[in-house]
Amino acid sequence: MKLRRSIILDEADRWLFVVVLLVSVYLTFRGHNAPGGGFIGGLVASAAFVLRYLAQRHTVDRIYDVFRPHIILGLGLIVSVATAMVPLFVGDSLLESHIWKGDMPLFGEIKIVSSTFFDIGVYLLVVGVVLSVLVALGVNQDQFDIDNFETDEDHLSRENTVGGAQ
Amino acid sequence: MPGSLVGDELNTPMIALLVAHLVVAALVLTVLAKWPRAAAILGIAVLLSSAVTALALGTRSTPSTERWEWIGELGLRFDLALDGFATMMVLVISLLGVLVLWYSIDYFSDHHSYVRFVGVFVIFAGAMTGLVMSADLFTMFVFWELTSVCSFLLIGLNDESATARASALRALLVTGAGGLCLLAGVTLFQVAVGTSSFSELAAASPDGPIITVAALLALTGAFTKSAQFPFHFWLPGAMSAPTPVSAYLHSATMVKAGIVLMARLAPIFGSEDIWRWTIVLAGGITMIFGGVRAMRQTDAKLLLAHSTVSQLGFLTILVGLGVPGATYAGVAHLLAHAVFKAGLFLSVGIVDHATGTRDIRKLSGVGRSMPVVAWLTALSAASMAGLIPLFGFVTKEKSLVALLDADAKAGTVADVALAFVIVGSVLSAAYSVRLIRGMFGTKTDLAPTPIDHPPSWFGLTIPMGITVVGTVIAGLFAGTVGGWLDAPAKDLDPSAYGKLVLWPGINTAFVISIVVIVIGAFVGWATPTKPWRNPVAISGENIFQWLFDGLITVSKRITAVSQSGSLLIYNSVTILGMTAVLGAAVLMDIDDGFSDMVFADSFMQFGIATLASVFAISIAMTQQRFVAALLLGGLGFASALLFVMFGAPDLALTQIMVETLIIVVFLLVLRRLPRTFEYRNKFAPRSARIVIAVAVGVSMATFAALVSNSRTAPSVGDDYITLSEPEAGGRNVVNVILVDFRATDTLGEITVLAVAALGVANLVRMANRRRRVGAPAVIDRVEEPVS
Repeated sequence: MKLRRSIILDEADRWLFVVVLLVSVYLTFRGHNAPGGGFIGGLVASAAFVLRYLAQRHTVDRIYDVFRPHIILGLGLIVSVATAMVPLFVGDSLLESHIWKGDMPLFGEIKIVSSTFFDIGVYLLVVGVVLSVLVALGVNQDQFDIDNFETDEDHLSRENTVGGAQ
Repeated sequence: MPGSLVGDELNTPMIALLVAHLVVAALVLTVLAKWPRAAAILGIAVLLSSAVTALALGTRSTPSTERWEWIGELGLRFDLALDGFATMMVLVISLLGVLVLWYSIDYFSDHHSYVRFVGVFVIFAGAMTGLVMSADLFTMFVFWELTSVCSFLLIGLNDESATARASALRALLVTGAGGLCLLAGVTLFQVAVGTSSFSELAAASPDGPIITVAALLALTGAFTKSAQFPFHFWLPGAMSAPTPVSAYLHSATMVKAGIVLMARLAPIFGSEDIWRWTIVLAGGITMIFGGVRAMRQTDAKLLLAHSTVSQLGFLTILVGLGVPGATYAGVAHLLAHAVFKAGLFLSVGIVDHATGTRDIRKLSGVGRSMPVVAWLTALSAASMAGLIPLFGFVTKEKSLVALLDADAKAGTVADVALAFVIVGSVLSAAYSVRLIRGMFGTKTDLAPTPIDHPPSWFGLTIPMGITVVGTVIAGLFAGTVGGWLDAPAKDLDPSAYGKLVLWPGINTAFVISIVVIVIGAFVGWATPTKPWRNPVAISGENIFQWLFDGLITVSKRITAVSQSGSLLIYNSVTILGMTAVLGAAVLMDIDDGFSDMVFADSFMQFGIATLASVFAISIAMTQQRFVAALLLGGLGFASALLFVMFGAPDLALTQIMVETLIIVVFLLVLRRLPRTFEYRNKFAPRSARIVIAVAVGVSMATFAALVSNSRTAPSVGDDYITLSEPEAGGRNVVNVILVDFRATDTLGEITVLAVAALGVANLVRMANRRRRVGAPAVIDRVEEPVS
């Protein structure tokens, strides 16, 4: 299987990946008061991974050792469900939200709403969903093609490259 | 709050006992899996502790009760009571269990499935203990089902044998169906009377058609469990289990569950004619049927299985009739039967183990080579036949007396019952003789059967012998044992009475007994080993199999019609169904009109809508899948622009991100699909597709236009906007709705998303695996491109 990689996209992706992830986190946390939120943030973060996939194809395999789709998926669901359940243990009803306000040096007044944790769960879950699909339909399919449909010609050319390097 | 114990919180020995069974089973199946003998000994220990607990608690003047609130709102609770009857049953279950486990060590502890046997056996014993201690029908039902499941596992213990698996499934289906009947009956009691507890039901003494139906449903459950006609056939099939399993489950314990249920219910409903006639006819036919079939068997174990069916019919009549004397006799015979039948099964196991066969046509001279076993077995069989001075004689004598007396209370039905019992007793004497002669007799035309594995004294003969000693001693000291049975019988029915005597004197019942034994012995001797011809051509197994196969066939046909596997048909049905519903809604509300509609708010809006329409029409026109996917994305971006214009940045952001990611996913999938759309399906020509598409589009668009115009209730949006900041601490109402006001919806949605993602991942993995092994993959069945 021949891979056409764009050097420009490849280089751009090195720093775009981090920037897009940061933007996604920013969108998630500001979501409570301005456009954004866990769902949008999760989708933006997924876009970072999609971009990296498009730039590098199957050579990005190792990043899925760190960001394992099903683990992120499960983690997101656990965080959301846990946030939903916690009020039950203090005698409130399911998903009841709580607001903590306090003062912090340097930051001034700070306000934490319990539903933020729910949003974090949604964020993780959305990332997990997109990564699962990306790995299933993209990365694994590429690998499948390489394993099963590599022609003799491809094989030979790779052998020659290795031989040439020696 | 679930799970609160009522009463003394720390002192709940009965619940502790049931939990102990489960814990021991778990230990056996995991930690002790490598040490089968240790597993068996641990099992014996827990059964002994069960017996000790029963003796310590059950002999008190007031029965101990324990209750565990389960679902209070529905009136469901675990309600246990260790009254006299339960104590007797727990002793039978635990002590016979000890003997059978002891016996099983030598019998097959070297078999690979032995540890599984011990584990399930202990769970089963616990379930059975719970069942007999249940003071409430729901509680009993739970244990009832647990015994069915354990029975399935134990019958199918030899899981390499197709016969064993089929028998296990058949037993499970029959008893499971009966369990459902029981559940229906219990639910009816709960709804109609407001209680499912035995004592409260007895106090309410309800009647009426619903109660009759409920009682008959419960009775059906009992009949399936206790192998009553017409559900008798699963029991002989269950003989494909190892002999210790049969000895315990299918003679002494599990099949007695139905008898226990009938015994608990009979004092409440026994006075109703329909109950009595059902009991007597089912029990009577079972008794005769089982007896006749026992005479036809050449496999000693199957002979015993059919004799068990017959004896269960007898017990059904006694305990189910609801006549005080018969109840007492039933309790006594229940005990007698458990003891002698367990002994007989164990004996067949010994002979099978020693000679390698149970066929009474092949066995010869075993009585000479194994005289002790032969004599012990003969004593058990004599008890079954009703010979003085054994316990079987005492209880059968008592039963005859009770049924003779019952005429005054129950009328004709008691006479019919008596007739059945007399004929059944002749048969039981006959098959007892046939069994002993067949197994141990010397046949002139056969060489003595060689004994390959002489039975060990300690391992096999002694546990079996103990049951025989029990039969003999209980017979000789009938008066004392009879006194012990007074409390159990009175716990079932306060008016129950009776006492047991070894020598009743010459009376009607005694004369009947003598006649029965003489005729039975003659019949049994005259038809030694030659099997009788099948008197009835139809058997329960065949009817069951026919019903079962029919069910499978019908469900396969329904599946074939409803699940064709064609994407074309699935989509057509879904889309056309939606169009029909939407179209109907549109036609009903078309009068509301479109008065509030405006053509467009601005030129910009009109422009975007035009752009979206161009995209949509192009999608329908293009032949290239790839182009269609891109155009679909364009349509999505156009919608996002509309959202922006309406001032919905959150929605627009989401829409843009989703469209972007979906295009990528589309492209990933399109790699595997043909490049162009090609329709070669003659069932759905292009014209038909166009008609369907236009219908869907028109109805959907009209519906959307109508809906936006037909609001009657005020919008909830205003409340959300006012409450957003003070209630949820956020100024972005859209986000607050998602994570706070309607967070339950979000929770549901993200769960669906997670499941869908896992589904995609696994479907793709399966398709890849299938492609790898060379089978046609699902994805290969997509319409091929015409090149």
